[in-house]
Amino acid sequence: MDWINAIVQGVLLGGLYALFAAGLSLIFGVMRLVNIAHGDFIVLAAFLGLSLTTALGVNPLTVLLFVVPIMAGIGYVLQRGVLNQTLGDDILPPLLVTFGLSIIIQNGLLEIYSADPQKMNAGALETASVAVPGGLHIGVLPLLMFVVAVAVIAGLQWIFYRSALGRAFRAVSDKQDIAQLIGLNKAHVFGLAMALSLAVVGIAGVFLGIRTSFDPSIGPGRLIFGFEAVIIGGLGNLWGTLIGGIILGVSQNIGAQINPGWQLLAGHIAFLIVLAVKPRGLFPRID
Amino acid sequence: MSSSRYTISRSSPASRIAATIGVILLIALVAAPWWAGRADMRLLSEIFLYLSLACLWNLLAGYAGLVSVGQQAFVGFGGYMLFALAMFAGISPLAAIPLAGLLGALIAVPVAFLIFRLRGAYFAIGTWVIAEVFRLSFAQVSSLGGGSGTSIPVGIVRSMASSRSMREATTYWLALGMAVLVLVVIYLLLRSRNGLALTAIRDSELASSSYGIDIWRHKFVVYVVTAGLTASTGALIFLQKLRISPDAAFNVNDWTAFVIFIVVIGGIGTLEGPIIGVIVFFLLRETLADLGTTYLLILGLVAIVVMLKAPKGIWGLIKARYGIELFPLSRRVVDQKSEN
Repeated sequence: MDWINAIVQGVLLGGLYALFAAGLSLIFGVMRLVNIAHGDFIVLAAFLGLSLTTALGVNPLTVLLFVVPIMAGIGYVLQRGVLNQTLGDDILPPLLVTFGLSIIIQNGLLEIYSADPQKMNAGALETASVAVPGGLHIGVLPLLMFVVAVAVIAGLQWIFYRSALGRAFRAVSDKQDIAQLIGLNKAHVFGLAMALSLAVVGIAGVFLGIRTSFDPSIGPGRLIFGFEAVIIGGLGNLWGTLIGGIILGVSQNIGAQINPGWQLLAGHIAFLIVLAVKPRGLFPRID
Repeated sequence: MSSSRYTISRSSPASRIAATIGVILLIALVAAPWWAGRADMRLLSEIFLYLSLACLWNLLAGYAGLVSVGQQAFVGFGGYMLFALAMFAGISPLAAIPLAGLLGALIAVPVAFLIFRLRGAYFAIGTWVIAEVFRLSFAQVSSLGGGSGTSIPVGIVRSMASSRSMREATTYWLALGMAVLVLVVIYLLLRSRNGLALTAIRDSELASSSYGIDIWRHKFVVYVVTAGLTASTGALIFLQKLRISPDAAFNVNDWTAFVIFIVVIGGIGTLEGPIIGVIVFFLLRETLADLGTTYLLILGLVAIVVMLKAPKGIWGLIKARYGIELFPLSRRVVDQKSEN
């Protein structure tokens, strides 16, 4: 029974990891950019949520209404102000600039909020659970996170393949110069892609902050989870990130069930096994 | 105008002057235990070890195009191997340093086979995952202190040299020797056929593969050699600290972020860059370190500005302006008549 419970909780945790991964996958797909500061932005969003909940005295879920647009704004400005200048054939500039950004966010947060672990309080929602057949209890909050993750990925999928914005994303992804010729401003399109990515990061950050305690140093760990989910699921496949996140979450929970010290290790090992057996991920997009 | 007037030369007046100054500087540094204080020697050792790490990362990222943010995997691995070899196998720390390097190169072989499947930026994060796996694994080894780490037994430290000052001089010379070894290995590598291939790969992977250069094999060799030397450097770092823990050994800030900063500021893809960078880094650190987190904020900001405004770093600016080269790596055509 403990095992089934571990697996079910792992699947639900996978939803959160998919939220970490979706933004990463999106910007890589559009502009081949890997944002090393991605995890630190998740933590930034969590702290932003914390400050807003305290200042406004509202439920953490309500502050999503503010955190998501603020993060999207940061994303757009960051992309147009800094990151667009780094894009090109050389992979080093974007990598090193976002690495520097990661150090700046971590130490900036440390300066403002100190190294003490923080947590957002969502009240009764945190302890509420529903009974399912088989004597299992599923927390309402993890379930909500999973549902939101599925909805976010479905939404991104729709934007990417069905909307005008998605057409612009795919056009600049395929051939930047030609996309410019047909009237797309790639600087603007890239800005929108980063805004969308950080909007998802905003959701992920607030949920992270409700689910566990967080401090300024945990960003890189979240980046790694998101990255592993992307690679396990298959590059360029948005639904793949959900499956990758679930595999990662389940592996971690099974590892923790065997020995508490093996939780993170088990997740990394699952990732390395996938990398060894199927280097393009389990469900690579065929293009 | 016969062609015999012209010869191909690698050395230049600047490189000959640099070599002379370098030799004098090296003699002065070797003699440091007789003229420098204890604190100065510690600082100098740290500078040499950072120089060694920076040169190695530069070889990896600047020449082989392998941008790793996980070199702390090998720093920590080397440190732990030194402790394990000294504590469990009874090997003298001095002999354990090259052995740790050898083991580091060995473990890099399967690691390379795995993460070479990732390209570009994803390769970078992949190396980070490897470092995390190393950190979590060593935290599970209870005989090495598990998550809280361990100190090297006093007896082993005493066995290195008879007196404290002799021991300090020994670790100092080892650090200096390590930096010189790394510089010489990279210099010779870059002057060899393989170096030519590496420089070609750095400039264009597509073009160099069309000339028949086996890119995968060259990158693999560089990765393994770098891992070995990084592990040796790590062994020395923790021989000086005398204490190791998973969080200190596999620290991404200490062993990768600072190293990347040094290389980027100094000038990536040149041998001179890391030397300039390490000087700038330690000048900044000695003046700003009291600021704590603000210091790190400044470092991050400086790195971003340099990457955006002067991607070739300080040495790149100097080179573009004066065209000098301290390490004779590139070839020039020399007109012998005007030379004589």
